[in-house]
Amino acid sequence: MKANLETLPRALQAVVALGLFALAVFPLFGTDFYAQMVARMMILAIFAMSLDLLLGVTGLVSLGHAAFFGLAGYALAFLTPAGEAVSLWWTLPLAAAAAGLAALIIGFFVVRTHGIYFIMVTMAFAQMVFFLFFDNKVLGGSDGIYVNFKPSAGLFDLDNKLVFYYFTLAMLLLVYAFLRRVLFSPFGRVLAGIRINEHRMRAIGYSTFGYKLAAFSLAGALAGLAGYLWAAQSGFVNPELMGFQMSAHAMMMVILGGMGNFAGAIIGAFAFEYLLEWFKDLPAIGAVHLGKHWQLWMGLFIVLVVVFAPRGLLGLAERRPRKATSDD
Amino acid sequence: MDLANFLIQLLNSVQYGLLLFMLAAGLTLIFGIMGVVNLAHGSFYMLGAYLAWSVSSMTGSFTLAIILGAVLSIVFGLALERLLFRHFYDRDHLSQVLLTFGLIYIFEEVRSILWGDDVHGVKIPDILSASLPLTDNLSYPVYRLFMSGVCIALAIGLYLLISKTRLGMKIRAGAFNRDMAEALGVNIKLIHAIVFAMGVALATVAGMIASPVSSVYPNMGSQVLIISFVVVVIGGIGSVRGALIAALLVGLVDTFGKVLLPQLAGMLIYMLMAAVLLWKPEGLFRQ
Repeated sequence: MKANLETLPRALQAVVALGLFALAVFPLFGTDFYAQMVARMMILAIFAMSLDLLLGVTGLVSLGHAAFFGLAGYALAFLTPAGEAVSLWWTLPLAAAAAGLAALIIGFFVVRTHGIYFIMVTMAFAQMVFFLFFDNKVLGGSDGIYVNFKPSAGLFDLDNKLVFYYFTLAMLLLVYAFLRRVLFSPFGRVLAGIRINEHRMRAIGYSTFGYKLAAFSLAGALAGLAGYLWAAQSGFVNPELMGFQMSAHAMMMVILGGMGNFAGAIIGAFAFEYLLEWFKDLPAIGAVHLGKHWQLWMGLFIVLVVVFAPRGLLGLAERRPRKATSDD
Repeated sequence: MDLANFLIQLLNSVQYGLLLFMLAAGLTLIFGIMGVVNLAHGSFYMLGAYLAWSVSSMTGSFTLAIILGAVLSIVFGLALERLLFRHFYDRDHLSQVLLTFGLIYIFEEVRSILWGDDVHGVKIPDILSASLPLTDNLSYPVYRLFMSGVCIALAIGLYLLISKTRLGMKIRAGAFNRDMAEALGVNIKLIHAIVFAMGVALATVAGMIASPVSSVYPNMGSQVLIISFVVVVIGGIGSVRGALIAALLVGLVDTFGKVLLPQLAGMLIYMLMAAVLLWKPEGLFRQ
């Protein structure tokens, strides 16, 4: 499993910068509806980046990452009283910490497994969390719970869609900058080393279990951050947030963009969500409603990506310079 | 819980466990021999159930549905292996996960186009619709015994095939050392195709014979898939014997969990898995 473009070339840096600029000015031109949609994409981008830390950096193929996303959403739902808003400044860290703690506990079991086992076991544990909430009426059951009030954040009024948009954008930038720093920190280098050759890392004296567990917990906490924002935006949580489909979608976002550098995860999240909406909005031709069959298009699209562009959109961008050097 | 009730639950759990074994056996063989994670394995179960429903309601014959389904699933499995899976044996697990996740979407939507999104019941064939009386007011349906019987027959057949026949010897050789087996003249590509088609057929037939009991509904494959994964993890990848024991264990825990601890029923088997992982991280019978 090779990560793409750990260091982004100039041209891609420019693309990312341009994209961020576009995000910053978008609400000035787009309608409220679209601003809300883009805010949702940004939340998913944070979620996808957190998964990229496992998938692309550490080489851990987690198929249960949505559990932590959903748990933090539920944390907000439980912390919000029926009649008033709750302060963001302590509930956000608490929800992320709760998700991180859950990841620490689950990670303790799953990180000791490898390869196919890791995939199946992460998926199974996420399913366990799913059923915990699905089966218990106290925890909302299969219907889920409403978050009646958006968290209050002092100066920022998150009820205002524009403020929420910029708050999410700030979070996206913060998480991106943080993860890029982590990537090139000694900790991040060890994680990359584990991806490339775990046996060798252990042989030169690193406790890979501890590093992987730390990465798993950190990724869980950041997924929790995204899940909290999701619950705050939608005002509603249900077990589907922790479902298998959510985990697989996040994985698809990371792959679609190109893994291992976090910029790809952002690009992938936007591209995937956009495509999903686009497939669902396909028109009806005669008696056949194309949009109704979005699963077919999405399925075919995923298969095509895996067959023809396994390294994602950034991977496509990377191919060109390599060809040039081999022609020399 | 009195004795009759206990007996009924015990029979149910064995029957459920044997059904899980049909799926887990295919999964574990495909993992063990080709190294492929197949998330779409549950879809074959679902497609089998829908096929059983549509054929038996059209022709009135459940037997015909089973025979047709078994043949179709083998053809379908061979085609799928040839067109897609064969090219993914050497790819990383991530690609396999995504490919087969994409396939789940495709199979679900094809099912929705062909058969719609409604829930259907499948009629139990008349010969098997009786019940065996246990006490004055408790009885056990013959069909469930029939299900267990079919699963046991298939399990024995699978055991004989793998451990007693020449084909089985080649399969084991291929699982043990692919290159060496190929160098010694085993057509490993053919072996892979056969194993894959066998896995698809087992899952499809499992879906078909389960359909009268479980009814037929969209997404019925996903849940059974994840539980089959748990079975494979507990049993140890590649071990058919492990899959059988783990499937029976999961069947017991799940069935009795639903009766004794309904609030935790959904979670119990995952807790069982966690306990096994702590004790033996590679499963009970890792080969």
